[in-house]
Amino acid sequence: MTQQHPPIMGQGIGARLTRKEDERFLRGQGQYVGDLRMPGALDVAFVRSPLAHARVGHIEKPQGYEHLVYTMQDMAGVKPILAASRLAGFRTSVQYPLATEKVRHVGEMVAMCVAPSRARAEDLAAQVWVDYEELPVVADMHDAANGVVPQRIHDEWDGNVFLETRVERGEGQTRQPGTVTVSRKLSTSRQCMMPMEGRGVLCWWDTRMDQLVMVSAAQLPHINRTGLAECLGLDEGRIRVVSPDVGGGFGYKGILLPEEICCAWLAMHMKRPVRWLEDRREHLSANANCREHAYDISVTVNADGRLAGIECDAIVDSGAYSSYPFSACLEAAQIGSILPGPYRMDDFLCRTRSAATNKPPILPYRGVARTGVCFALEVMMDVAARALGVEPYVLRQQSLVRPQDMPYTNITGKTFDSGDYLSCLNRAVAGLNWTQWRARQAQLQPAGARPQRRIGIGLSIFCEQGAHGTSVYHGWGIPMVPGYEQCHVRLTPDGILEVQIGVHSHGQSLETTMAQIANTVLGIEPAHVRVLHGDTATSPYSTGTWGSRCAVMAGGAVGTACEELGMRMKRIAAGLLECPENDLMYVQGGIALKDGALRVSYAQIGHTWYRAPQKLPANVNPGGLALTAGYRMQPDGGTFSYACHACAVEVDTATGFVKLLDYVVCEDGGVLLNPMVVEGQLLGGLAQGIGTALYEEMPFDEQGQPLASTLADYIVPGAGEMPRVRIDHMQTPSPFSKFGQKGIGEGGAIAPPAAIVNAINDALADLGAEVLCVPASPPRVLAAIERAEAAR
Amino acid sequence: MKAVAYELERVSSVNEALSALARDEFYKAIAGGQSLGAMLNLRLAQPECLIDLDAIAELRAATVHGDELVLGSMTTHAAIEDGKVPDVTHGMLAHVAHGIAYRAVRNRGTVGGSLCHADPAADWVSAMAAMGATCEVVGPQGSRRVPAEQFVRSAFEPDLNPGEILVQVRVPRLSAQARWSYRKHCRKTGEFALAIVTGVVDPDRGIERLVLGALDGPVKVHSGPGLYARLADPAERRALLSDPESGLSYERRAWHGDLLASVVADLGAKQ
Repeated sequence: MTQQHPPIMGQGIGARLTRKEDERFLRGQGQYVGDLRMPGALDVAFVRSPLAHARVGHIEKPQGYEHLVYTMQDMAGVKPILAASRLAGFRTSVQYPLATEKVRHVGEMVAMCVAPSRARAEDLAAQVWVDYEELPVVADMHDAANGVVPQRIHDEWDGNVFLETRVERGEGQTRQPGTVTVSRKLSTSRQCMMPMEGRGVLCWWDTRMDQLVMVSAAQLPHINRTGLAECLGLDEGRIRVVSPDVGGGFGYKGILLPEEICCAWLAMHMKRPVRWLEDRREHLSANANCREHAYDISVTVNADGRLAGIECDAIVDSGAYSSYPFSACLEAAQIGSILPGPYRMDDFLCRTRSAATNKPPILPYRGVARTGVCFALEVMMDVAARALGVEPYVLRQQSLVRPQDMPYTNITGKTFDSGDYLSCLNRAVAGLNWTQWRARQAQLQPAGARPQRRIGIGLSIFCEQGAHGTSVYHGWGIPMVPGYEQCHVRLTPDGILEVQIGVHSHGQSLETTMAQIANTVLGIEPAHVRVLHGDTATSPYSTGTWGSRCAVMAGGAVGTACEELGMRMKRIAAGLLECPENDLMYVQGGIALKDGALRVSYAQIGHTWYRAPQKLPANVNPGGLALTAGYRMQPDGGTFSYACHACAVEVDTATGFVKLLDYVVCEDGGVLLNPMVVEGQLLGGLAQGIGTALYEEMPFDEQGQPLASTLADYIVPGAGEMPRVRIDHMQTPSPFSKFGQKGIGEGGAIAPPAAIVNAINDALADLGAEVLCVPASPPRVLAAIERAEAAR
Repeated sequence: MKAVAYELERVSSVNEALSALARDEFYKAIAGGQSLGAMLNLRLAQPECLIDLDAIAELRAATVHGDELVLGSMTTHAAIEDGKVPDVTHGMLAHVAHGIAYRAVRNRGTVGGSLCHADPAADWVSAMAAMGATCEVVGPQGSRRVPAEQFVRSAFEPDLNPGEILVQVRVPRLSAQARWSYRKHCRKTGEFALAIVTGVVDPDRGIERLVLGALDGPVKVHSGPGLYARLADPAERRALLSDPESGLSYERRAWHGDLLASVVADLGAKQ
């Protein structure tokens, strides 16, 4: 249940507090894996497959350097990565850290080379000779899913599909007289997540602790440790994973990489520190792949103009392996549960397939399946609106879950916690000045005119499940199920509050927002709160940072721990002030009598416990000023933040170039811990969403060769491509989270492709052209126009 | 990736550079390194030795001789952007320089380095051709001059023989009535262009020139009296682009066609 804490001094929940972490980040004093120096450390470079599918024969090490080159044969006893799901029918892939019999994608590692510098390790790698026997390549997910190709990526499988799921809800009575059904094929291209910092790992064996230390740019250090322990056959106590400053994660750094296992093994084998720092080419061509979805979808609107049903056949190109811990099926199977979006409907039918192809494994990227799902459904909503001749927001007004229905359990059984989706939509439409744009449009492109530059407006709306817990994840049966989130708090003798959390902050600003929560509960100054994380030796166990869960789960744990610590501190304060505990309240920096007459500071309380215990009251809690508290949402199905994005674009029909003219976001993250941080998250996500919408694409040829292996070919939007975004906050508290907050970290990356493509299609509507694949690059826009002209 | 090990030799005169390059055909000159640097790290270039032209003062000089600006090949894009070289082009040089990549690249990248890298999408390749500039090359056999429009023979293949370096680019002075237009389409700010169209009209010198750039190979140059009057007709522009010899893809015809219309409008309207 939401608990009310009165703001004490304007630095707590809801304050636009400047970030504590900015001091080091803005001065270039952050410490990333690549900044760390270990005496005697060696650098690793990998021999990677140039082929997408081949049998690996003899591997010839360069003469005289055999001791610096390792293959899987040398790593005997190291187990493969197994990221299975218990969902019925799931086929597991066996991914050895270095390839054994076969390579299954370009960039898969075949051998590991180590030298005093990366350049020399690459020199060695260039001299390793590998006998490959080429095999036919499965580069197309449709071929893989439809079983039209004889070759198998995993020889023991009976096809090339990790998992097929089917969701059927309703009576199937949707298509009746008076209904309108529209059908399209839509797709999102394969992308690469692009954190500023790539992956990196530094490993050594600590002889004093008899322990492997792995410093890795990681979102989920504890999960990494569990995975490493399984692969290396060590008990978890003999592994310490440290995640230092991390320059963006976005899902990519939530994966246990084969590179980590290799480097960990090598550090143990050589008894020397070794490190691998990913370069952008490895990142692009071998590792950070995401997003590739295809939808064959029909949407039916009933005679009342309300969304009645969806039928969908979706395929996700999951690549060659199931990644740890999220598995190869999370992305596709999620489509079956989240495709209905924020809408009410009567019928829902969805088949999903996770296709295996000779491409790098698909990894969850900010928004995970939601970006593709939002694109598919919201573009279809506009297609339907055009078919009906109504404004796109009208169809949505009729179809959204209504505020009076909250909490609302939707057609796939998701319970939306709270919100007013309708107001969100209307505020975004008004915020964009929809009617003014329509007037301008009519002026610029009167009926029958064929201006070269056209204006279009579009919107998209979604809700985003975040912080979903045990009840949602145990059913997936993947290696990781979130339970209670823990926080360990400790007051120092001089009154500093140390807050240890299990999630990791790599852009989320948790060092600030968690301190704000402590301030709200205890009145302690954020400057006196140290938020610590990212070290399995000291941090509480956690599944880590993913699924927009930190504000809710870590925030709930910090709040609970502060409350429990506060009770212990009140008892000491009561002893010092010689008054009943009930007469006390938290004030700025300490505890005071409710009439304000007397007060003790947290420094005095700390001093008393540690350095003047003779003053402690007899009934003091002997556990002292340190404790661990746990938190789970009740119910734990997650919070649902939501947002409507609306934008205006100019489409140049002669060149296919698209320019963003205006962009408005109305979003509801419940109670915002720090609106400035939420805006930062939103804008960062939005830049990525614009990348998905207009720029980013990792094409492969028929031989499975990646065609954008450098940043000259893989186009990421920069500052110059960002529009000035206007943000409108709604704040509907979640009834299920501790402070009414909702997870909102991913939303910025979810809605832009749909909103932007809807605006493009609006601009092209009277030409009959539709873009149905992102990115809406100039060639795709031109092709859409050409197709429409050819169809005339 | 990291570059293979190589020697770096800094030279301080053109003669030193020539004798250094003469020692081995696998030695390579580096002139700013904004493209070569990336190729080294990708191991696409694996020279045994790089001859760094950075310290050759004479290659940084930019002086006017008669009706020509003699631009040292090591002049940076930033120096041109900042007006540190005499302007004989009514601002065209500075305009083009300002649009190259982004400032960090312009601080180190040089005119000569860009031309010798011979990426068809590089700005100077098209702009120098439009301005009618001449490249001065020196080598073991002495010096020779190549019209800028011919200097890039095909993608990444400059008209340079082993041991030769580009020392100067000679840019003719535009007369008082001359006009220019330079337009390009890029996927995003700072990227190499997808299409470039640029033109110069100099009535006093009897010059009308149009260049299509950022193609798969060398620039396409059209010139002659009445060129822009003719191209005022959309049908003429379409014919120019759909010339099978031009080998333009569907997208390129669209992008170059759009730029061509703008350049014609720029240069025609003021006539």
